Amino acid sequence: MQGMKKLGASAFALFYSLSARADYTFNFPEPVTPMALDTLHVHNKFMLITAVIFVVVLAIMIYSIVKHRHDKGYKPVVDKAPSTAMEIFWTLVPFAILLLIDFVIMGIPAYHSVVVMEDTRDQSTMVIKITGSQWRWQYEYLDGDAKGIKFVSNLTTTNGQMHNEEDKGEHYLLEVDNPLVLPVGEKVRILMTAADVLHNWWVPQFGSARVAVPGFIRETWVQVEKPGVYRGQCKELCGKGHGYMPVVVNAISKEEFAEWANKKQEEQKAANDVKEMTKDELLAQGKTVYEKNCAVCHQVTGAGLPPAFPALTGSKIATGPIFGADGKYQKDSHLDRVLNGKGVMPAWKATLNDTEIAAVMTYERNALGNAASVDAVVQPAQVKAARE
Amino acid sequence: MSTTTVAHHDEHQEHPTGIMRWLTTTNHKDIGTMYLTFSLVMFLVGGCMILGIRAELFKPGLQLMNPEFFNQLIGVHALIMIFAALMPAATGFANWMLPLQLGAPDMALPRLNNWGFWILPPSAVLLTLPFTLALFGIGDGALATGWTFYPPLSIQGGLGVDFAIFAIHLLGISSVLGSINIIVTIFNMRAPGMTLMKMPLFAWGWLITAFLLIATIPVLAGAVTMLLTDRHFGTHFFNAAGGGDPIMFQHLFWFFGHPEVYILLLPVWGFIPQILQTFSRKPMYGYKAQVYSLWGIGALSVVVWAHHFFAAGMPVPALLYFMYSTMAISLPLAVLFYCWIRTMWKGSMSFETPMLFTVGWIILFGIGGLTGLVLADVAADAQYHNSYFVVAHFHYTLFAGGIMGIMAGVYYWLPKMTGHMYNEKLGKLHFWLTAISFNVTFIPQFFVGLAGMPRRIPDYALQFAEFNMISSIGAFVLGLSQLLLVYNIISCVRGGQKATDRVWEGAVGLEWTLPSPPPYHSFTEQPVVK
Repeated sequence: MQGMKKLGASAFALFYSLSARADYTFNFPEPVTPMALDTLHVHNKFMLITAVIFVVVLAIMIYSIVKHRHDKGYKPVVDKAPSTAMEIFWTLVPFAILLLIDFVIMGIPAYHSVVVMEDTRDQSTMVIKITGSQWRWQYEYLDGDAKGIKFVSNLTTTNGQMHNEEDKGEHYLLEVDNPLVLPVGEKVRILMTAADVLHNWWVPQFGSARVAVPGFIRETWVQVEKPGVYRGQCKELCGKGHGYMPVVVNAISKEEFAEWANKKQEEQKAANDVKEMTKDELLAQGKTVYEKNCAVCHQVTGAGLPPAFPALTGSKIATGPIFGADGKYQKDSHLDRVLNGKGVMPAWKATLNDTEIAAVMTYERNALGNAASVDAVVQPAQVKAARE
Repeated sequence: MSTTTVAHHDEHQEHPTGIMRWLTTTNHKDIGTMYLTFSLVMFLVGGCMILGIRAELFKPGLQLMNPEFFNQLIGVHALIMIFAALMPAATGFANWMLPLQLGAPDMALPRLNNWGFWILPPSAVLLTLPFTLALFGIGDGALATGWTFYPPLSIQGGLGVDFAIFAIHLLGISSVLGSINIIVTIFNMRAPGMTLMKMPLFAWGWLITAFLLIATIPVLAGAVTMLLTDRHFGTHFFNAAGGGDPIMFQHLFWFFGHPEVYILLLPVWGFIPQILQTFSRKPMYGYKAQVYSLWGIGALSVVVWAHHFFAAGMPVPALLYFMYSTMAISLPLAVLFYCWIRTMWKGSMSFETPMLFTVGWIILFGIGGLTGLVLADVAADAQYHNSYFVVAHFHYTLFAGGIMGIMAGVYYWLPKMTGHMYNEKLGKLHFWLTAISFNVTFIPQFFVGLAGMPRRIPDYALQFAEFNMISSIGAFVLGLSQLLLVYNIISCVRGGQKATDRVWEGAVGLEWTLPSPPPYHSFTEQPVVK
């Protein structure tokens, strides 16, 4: 017994030294919403019950394995089916216990959890819309202080870190440029949808996960009780970038949230103002937009990954004419493809603003080894007109 | 067959030799051997794929492969293990053992049996060919959607999806043909006196499996065909823009997919009690209770499918129904566990390799079953769903509960099939290595899943690194230990100590009344069961 203890302790120490860097855990991370707290309780209770069942049954088996051995000369008994009332009663007792565990001890709390989990509207004070797309999350505030705020959240971990050329940061793969900002203590109703394939917006500390289905709205809710930054990931296989669309939520107090909302609304208004830009300005901004949104498929160099993701360098679409004689953009032109997408190519009209689309197109037409002879520069005003 | 040949039947042991023997054979033992060999080969192929994955996941960062290739490996690994390793292994045992156990000369439909097998190799080629084609610049590799084919991702995918759809069609046809053969054999070919309630439990397990296959494979075939027409012929079954629904595919898929779990497990639940009674030297406890429980599980399995996608969204009453009906499966399953352990209780047990695998199987499958119970809870499922917790759970049911059960069967029947005893020491070594490294592989996955690691990601955040490293080490030991299985089987086929007819001291049943190995045509005179 002493030996076993020593063995256990040294194994544990070994385990611990392995994990000097990480704050690993054997259970769910600390819950910060009522739903996650409830889930943790359910999980702990269930694990306890199943552990007891497992240990008791295992103990009986081990006793039998030690005791009823052929090499110890144990003679097999002849089993009889339960026949007397007493025997039948004792046969039914385990059934009763199991029924009790399944449908009373677990079943009743589970019923209440489901009802609470699915009640997205009651006492909710704000609504946000989350759209999953390959491979980024888009957030939109639909009412309240932050009404109209809309932004895209992209992974910021660098390629160098992923390919082991640079040291990995503390939040490797779990960091974004624009985190979702939520006020603490408010019940936030979440409308979930997707632009292309299935996604699943998951923050383990929130305990809620819901598949985002293209063409449908699904609902869930969160009520973050504690300020902080919470990280999670997409958990529905959504293609090659599935591991690269993290969720980061910044939960702040109501006052800070109101302040943030004000600031963000003004920023957004300024960004949406369409103004004439020089080619250099467009190219500079276009490079940023391109590398954040387009390079994952078309590659930083524009070489693409044929046949699934065509090259932009030398592409007929990316260098050909955009506008027809009537001044409107032509079908299957560069602008049409960027705005509306086709097949695997997503539609960007809901994700990028006029300036960003103009910039990225100008970049694609003049950089990446391209030099378009017609419509070389695209102005935000032209994109705005094309939307109408 | 004319009367003259019947008269000479006893001496009819000749058959074509070489490759023609195997291509043309309608003999149940030859076909069973081919199924089992195919299964072993595909088990190693699928195993190599997952070792590639575990090597990539050994530490954070992308080391060996790009995410596209990673996604292809996970999906094809699953399809191969389920359809080309586990199912053919069970069918192989059915072919070999059902006629012997039922006292029949052969399977009822021998030509169909031959066809059922020879559909399998082409479908395995279809599944894996896109990997090779991609090397020559044709297409972009194999199915990259995971084995579940969820649209719209599968509608976006390349030709690998089409190849996988046709592979599924072929595998499905093969399974349905095999099932028809098994049902007909069980209903018509039993020895005189062997009523249904006297037949070996393995036959019961397979009978229910066969009915489940016939009920659910056509639904899968329909679903993937709809996917095919969505991909190429402009239908919109799974496209909201055309009035379809991506989630409908999940309903159709899991209407097949959940019974599939029991399709993989029921044959094992059939022969495990036979192994237990052999090595406990005491008849199995509660034969009737086990038969009724198997039926109960079979029936429940077709009405609980939606618990695989609670997170996809459904009405509250549906959530509650699927939660409670899933929990109800624990009742018949508990009866089975009780009967297994009660068979051991106060027996006279010895622990040869088949018994070791069986006992290990009961314990590890128990962990799979208990974690399955908690997964039924809708609220908690929001956390577990698509996390590594689920990956660990279903490997406890399908590797421990499925493949380790098959291994118990292999060691149990190998002496009967080959006429030689296998090497007991190496067999035991294989068991211990498998059981220990299996737990080293999958216990860390429970924890890493709870901590928040989603499945099917090619790279992960730093806090998951230690558990993944342990898991990868376990996986490599687990993979390499299977070479022992291959060695044990080959050396047992080639020679070894001569096996007696009965092989095991406590063995009961008609298969043990024949010589080891049994003659080419099993029972030339029907045995009578009292």
